[in-house]
Amino acid sequence: MTGFLLQRLLATIPVMAVVAVVVFLLLHLGPGDPAAVIAGDYATPEDIERIRDRLGLNEPLHVQFLTWIGQVLTGDLGISIFSNLPVAQLIAQRVEPTLALSIGTLILTVVVAVPLGVAAAWRAGGWLDRCLMGGAALAFAVPVFVIGYILIYVFAIKLSLLPVQGYRPLADGAVPFLRHLALPVVALSFVFIALIARVTRASVLEVLGEDYIRTARAKGVTTFRLLRRHALRPALVPVVTVIGIAFALLVGGVVVTESVFNIPGLGRLTVDSVLRRDYPVIQGLILVFSAAYVFTNLIVDLLYSVLDPRIRE
Amino acid sequence: MTDATARTVLSIRDLTVELPVDAERAHAVEDVSFDVQAGEIVCLVGESGSGKSVTAQAVLGLLPPGQLRVTGGAIELEGEDLRTAPAARLRSLRGRAMAMIFQEPMTALNPVLTVGEQVREVFETHGVLNPSERRERVIELFRSVQLPDPERLVNTYPHQLSGGQRQRVMIAMAFALEPALLVADEPTTALDVTTQARILEIMRTIQRARGSAVLFITHDFGVVADIADRVVVMRTGRVVEQGPRDQILRSPSHPYTRMLLEAVPGLEPEARDGKADSAALEVRNLSKTFAGGGWFQRGRTVEAVRDVSLVVRKGETLAVVGESGSGKSTLARCTVRLTRASSGEVLLAGEDIAQLEPRALRPFRRRIQMVFQDPFRSLNPRRNVAAALIEGPVNYGVSREEALERAKRLLGLVGLGDDALGRYPHQFSGGQRQRICIARALALEPDVLIADEPVSALDVSVQAQVLDLLADVRERFQLAMLFITHDLRVAAQVADRVAVMSKGEIVETGPVADVFGNPRHPYSRALLAAAPGRGRL
Repeated sequence: MTGFLLQRLLATIPVMAVVAVVVFLLLHLGPGDPAAVIAGDYATPEDIERIRDRLGLNEPLHVQFLTWIGQVLTGDLGISIFSNLPVAQLIAQRVEPTLALSIGTLILTVVVAVPLGVAAAWRAGGWLDRCLMGGAALAFAVPVFVIGYILIYVFAIKLSLLPVQGYRPLADGAVPFLRHLALPVVALSFVFIALIARVTRASVLEVLGEDYIRTARAKGVTTFRLLRRHALRPALVPVVTVIGIAFALLVGGVVVTESVFNIPGLGRLTVDSVLRRDYPVIQGLILVFSAAYVFTNLIVDLLYSVLDPRIRE
Repeated sequence: MTDATARTVLSIRDLTVELPVDAERAHAVEDVSFDVQAGEIVCLVGESGSGKSVTAQAVLGLLPPGQLRVTGGAIELEGEDLRTAPAARLRSLRGRAMAMIFQEPMTALNPVLTVGEQVREVFETHGVLNPSERRERVIELFRSVQLPDPERLVNTYPHQLSGGQRQRVMIAMAFALEPALLVADEPTTALDVTTQARILEIMRTIQRARGSAVLFITHDFGVVADIADRVVVMRTGRVVEQGPRDQILRSPSHPYTRMLLEAVPGLEPEARDGKADSAALEVRNLSKTFAGGGWFQRGRTVEAVRDVSLVVRKGETLAVVGESGSGKSTLARCTVRLTRASSGEVLLAGEDIAQLEPRALRPFRRRIQMVFQDPFRSLNPRRNVAAALIEGPVNYGVSREEALERAKRLLGLVGLGDDALGRYPHQFSGGQRQRICIARALALEPDVLIADEPVSALDVSVQAQVLDLLADVRERFQLAMLFITHDLRVAAQVADRVAVMSKGEIVETGPVADVFGNPRHPYSRALLAAAPGRGRL
């Protein structure tokens, strides 16, 4: 088990190295002088020279890379061109809302989708199965911003139960935090609930046809125990895979959801930085998102080995 | 055991189970009646499709819901009607009053739970004993089924155990609450003969000690001869004959039972003339080593075949017998070059093909053909028989018309008509499919035919016909045949000479009569001693 863990951890190093190289080259990939690109259309030659000097663009490429990677490894992601603040600080300020939104969505998705999927598989072909799968198709089809605006209209404007938009940090208290988070999390969850419920249904349905399900029934095991212990547990590996992918996809969903609900998270920072051509911030964001993605994969891999003893060896 | 005071544990009267409307017959099981007494083993015998497994599942209420339904008759367990019992009552009887063992030990255990947890679950489900007693009891049960090192084994997962060990776990699970009735559905079919002999002995011992009633389902008359007190013979959903074991085996009254018994190959090899013809296939010092891949697996190697040498002459059959994992299939695959041997020579009419590159190998491919074990999976379901039969010859430059003519001739030879040409594999039975596979191999007019367990997926009556066909084509085309089998009876019937394989090596080789009559190697002796039904069939 320790060997497996070590092996997986080591395997993340080359992946992150490749990401770092690509992120570094991002500045140099576009045509022309990166400094001119960053400075924009109305810059004077002095402006461009200043930017070039500040970014160290006069040094040879490999020296630039080594300098940059050295800074990144010590947590220094550079200075924002737009706001002149450290990129690390900008990102750190925006992490909490995005993390809250993602994790909230993940929890709601798993709590709702997995039981739904198991129920649909258990009653495959019945009315419950058909309703659930029809609902899932619908949830897939409707874009997240449409769901978001419908939820705002119903629960915030008509019923006045929840705030229309905005974000309250957890430090302000759990109740305002959760009240502000509720609608965005529900809006973002729809598509993921549909996805995970379908995958769970397919996976459990397959396991229900296995011989060991018959063995468990021959022991006199109750239906609930049969589904939870004998059907769901072996069926979880594909489900966890898709949850891992979904978590990575969440980032894309977060950009739209944060805009709809006016939440100051990483998604909004990404959009703003791209529009302002704030390259250091964009680079920092890509690094953070990639690291999150690699980390998620690592967790998924480790979960595999916890869930299925055959993968441990 | 069958005296007048015996207690009837299971009583089945006029049991009828309906098949779905689109099935080939109306009932899976029709008007089946028999009893099982306490302390008695009743063998339910029949070929595939006879309804024996359906009968067993109906008893435990485990019929697949929505597909099969009991529509008539009665099933009584110790006087209690199971047909009308509510689901909750059935569930509480399952595992406690009646238990079941299944055929496939590889898939019948949950892969993500330890075997100890799975046996312990029987106690948990029925609320018997407290947690620490349960643990003790599981270890005790493991000891009673002779599992080695029970304290450690309770914490292992199914994939870490061998097939025989897994089946012991299943037996421990089934006997955990000392049920009055045990239903065993082909419990040893997937096991090697030596393992099978041990498992049967364990079942017999525990059953005797506890006086359980056992309904034992099997297709193997050897097993019947070894274990049964009484026998019930089924055919297409009906009971054709039942009675005490010796009566059924020695003087069967129904023609179907007689036919089944006659189809069982004997262990006595037929007398054959020695072949003095030239060698068609010669294997010299062949070895095959599988190495682990990846950074972390390197250095982990398995020697599947070790320094094997053999000769097959024109018109001769050499049977390679051995248990699973003995390397006999790997040997076959290296010989036809489906995989490349690690070292050694494979001489086909004097030419070494063991290490030839694909292009150089091509002309030799035609001359060595193979028939595989599972006829249900070795034909492409989307191509008709004509396509399957002409593909090979056309690849080797025969015109379509000529190949089609040849296909028709071969179909006649294997006992199928021209009308088979346009049909698809799913429209044939297992035996017919294996005939098609034989025709496909013959279509290339090979010198050497390698048959890897060609009859082990077939019913015994069909098996006899396919063996006859193989003997016939060998004679007719003077083929050299390498026949891989785990079944000593089959080997005795088809082979001129036999090679016994164990752990990748040939431990003994010689004429069948010599090896079977007077085995010299201890492993050959153990293998022959374990053959089921020895001395009774």
